[in-house]
Amino acid sequence: MIAEGQPTNGGRALIQSLEMEGVEAIFGLPGGAILPVYDPIIDSPIRHILVRHEQGAGHMAEGYAHATGRPGVAMVTSGPGATNIVTPLADAYMDSIPMVCITGQVPLPAIGSDAFQEADITGITQSVTKHNFLVTSAADIPRTIREAFHIATTGRPGPVLVDIPKDIVDPNNPASAMDWYWPDSVDLPGYKPNTRGHPKMIKQAAELICRSERPVIYAGGGILKARAAEALRELAELTGIPVVTTLMARGAFPDDHELCLGMPGMHGNYTAVTSMQESDLLIALGSRFDDRVTGKVPDFAPEAKIIHVDIDPAELGKVRRPDVPIVGDCRLVIEELVRAIGDLGGSDAQPDRSPWRSRISGWQEKYPLTYEPSEPGDGLKPQFVLETLRDHTPDDTIVASGVGQHQMWASQHWKFNHPYTWVNSGGLGTMGFSVPAAIGAKVGRPDRMVWAVDGDGCFQMTAQELVTAAAERIPVKVAILNNAYLGMVRQWQEMFYEERYSEVYLSPDLPDYKLWAEAMGCEGMRVEDPEDVLPAIEKANEIDDRPVVIDFRTDHREKVYPMVPAGQSNSNIVVDPSQGEGGH
Amino acid sequence: MPSSPHASHPAAPHHTLSVLVENKAGVLTRIASLFARRGFNIYSLAVAPTEDDKFSRITIVVDVESAPLEQITKQLNKLINVIKITELHPDHAVERELLIATVRAAPEVRGQVIQLVDVFSGRILDVGHEDLTVSVDDEPARVDDFEELLRPYGIVELQRTGRVALPKIERPARLRGVRRAS
Repeated sequence: MIAEGQPTNGGRALIQSLEMEGVEAIFGLPGGAILPVYDPIIDSPIRHILVRHEQGAGHMAEGYAHATGRPGVAMVTSGPGATNIVTPLADAYMDSIPMVCITGQVPLPAIGSDAFQEADITGITQSVTKHNFLVTSAADIPRTIREAFHIATTGRPGPVLVDIPKDIVDPNNPASAMDWYWPDSVDLPGYKPNTRGHPKMIKQAAELICRSERPVIYAGGGILKARAAEALRELAELTGIPVVTTLMARGAFPDDHELCLGMPGMHGNYTAVTSMQESDLLIALGSRFDDRVTGKVPDFAPEAKIIHVDIDPAELGKVRRPDVPIVGDCRLVIEELVRAIGDLGGSDAQPDRSPWRSRISGWQEKYPLTYEPSEPGDGLKPQFVLETLRDHTPDDTIVASGVGQHQMWASQHWKFNHPYTWVNSGGLGTMGFSVPAAIGAKVGRPDRMVWAVDGDGCFQMTAQELVTAAAERIPVKVAILNNAYLGMVRQWQEMFYEERYSEVYLSPDLPDYKLWAEAMGCEGMRVEDPEDVLPAIEKANEIDDRPVVIDFRTDHREKVYPMVPAGQSNSNIVVDPSQGEGGH
Repeated sequence: MPSSPHASHPAAPHHTLSVLVENKAGVLTRIASLFARRGFNIYSLAVAPTEDDKFSRITIVVDVESAPLEQITKQLNKLINVIKITELHPDHAVERELLIATVRAAPEVRGQVIQLVDVFSGRILDVGHEDLTVSVDDEPARVDDFEELLRPYGIVELQRTGRVALPKIERPARLRGVRRAS
């Protein structure tokens, strides 16, 4: 460690700053401009994981943050290294993932000269980061890193990028000379997140709750960001109000709880969608009324009054004007809300909601999630594969998914009974997210079993990171639901483009996933028959010294139901054809 | 940029935002691009350091309904470098704009142009054989009027600064409405 006031250089100061922030792992790939920073990493206790592509570094950092709640850190070089990480930054921005990304930059005197591997990365990432910095002096490095972590992890979390020119970290350059210091506090006069909800608003919310006959708690990803899962449970149990958990909030409220209705939205289950639609009060907690949840906004939950709790004031009224807006940290606000409801009489003050409960259970009975078993000789049913996987892995298994049909089936059919067990790309919908995100999650939670549920389209985008996992001995497991198609696009073409399957066929055999997995240092398996599904999963569960990939050959005709067609009202929900007509 | 010369009487409702920001590189881009990203046109924008060189003040005039404006102000507030945003209602603000124009002023009309500049308490900045360069600083509406009256002579080049504004000073009711001697 460098002592306070001791002369050092920017590169060493950067690494020591990361150590001061408690960073245990950096996901990265070196290059010319960031080279001087890679030198002191050799002597640092921080674990560096060498990725094969910078996009992998970014998603790994995200997966790490999803699973641990701590900020993920990625470090890449200038130019293409930096531009390759733009997608993970945008992904983290949409899903409010705390992440700090360090990019190398050409030396200060070369900035603006179109130097080799120069890219204006602060300009490029301005709209997909919570904030970004171009550091122009070695002496600013510790302060900037401290500020970056503070911004990434407080308020509404998000990605922060720190761009560092080579000369100020290069010990051979006088511009890198500085005396070490670590700032006691951050000085950001324009950044003061409001965490305490307004007491008057909380009282109003409590009164509204105690008057409503058909309420639903609409829990979003903010519950997890605020570590509010326990508080949410307390609120639900005190009031007996059912809870829907959005795609980002799966696991924030246990699926096996009697008040849990599961996922709402475009591919949500019938009960979750319809309960929101028919409610007289939506208690939106850390959720942002995304169009995938609301469907056509003017027709969304038309009779519902809205209580909206969010740490980000810009979310309140962005899509739907709340009757009771509360700016604050979800956990703190829910705790206050529980107290305020207690003051009004707690569970005794709740109106008789038995008619509401019986309507809900009626929907649950009539429209459960369902699928037809596969016919002999046809591909596996993806739902069956997921249910088998779910039932034969530990209850606290972390599941990372890509984007598409497999993501929706995983979210629908898994039972998430613990927070921080679902890692996925919600807002941006990034294909290729799951393999690197699963690796990041496993680095953060080596004690947990981590399964990536991936589609064959997604897998082909970032599979090379399994080389990283094999080399670094990060034993993740990957279940490819291989239906030989870009499945969700195919589903839309089938339903909305008269079965004109334009450019969606991928082939089940190209590549040979088993051989590919083996070539990357993983155990590879292929499963075609239903009776082989469980043995393959059990074999995979036992392998703990290398990654495992199972190529499950699934039925390409299978579609995700229920479905609310894009842009339509949630009342037009389409259920599985075997359940007849949905809607009401 | 103004599409009509009547900067203070735009067709759409206009709002004046006074944004106090950290005086750091790139802050103006962050603010301007936020408007662009959300599909709003900036009508006029003026920026300069304040009395404290750690901060700059940006005066932005936008044509937008109130509801989207609320979302814009909230998004602006999320920018780390933004310290404070105040919407200045024209009735409660002191607004100024500077205009510089080179105008055709042949000897036979030169007197009229000089008189016009005089009426608006403006100044003659430069004199040529056929042209005059003149300036006026005033309330944006008066600057509009001046521009209109100047137009018939033939404007060669014109530059306006966009408005700058500060809230009016709070003072006792009996003095309200009393204009300061200028």
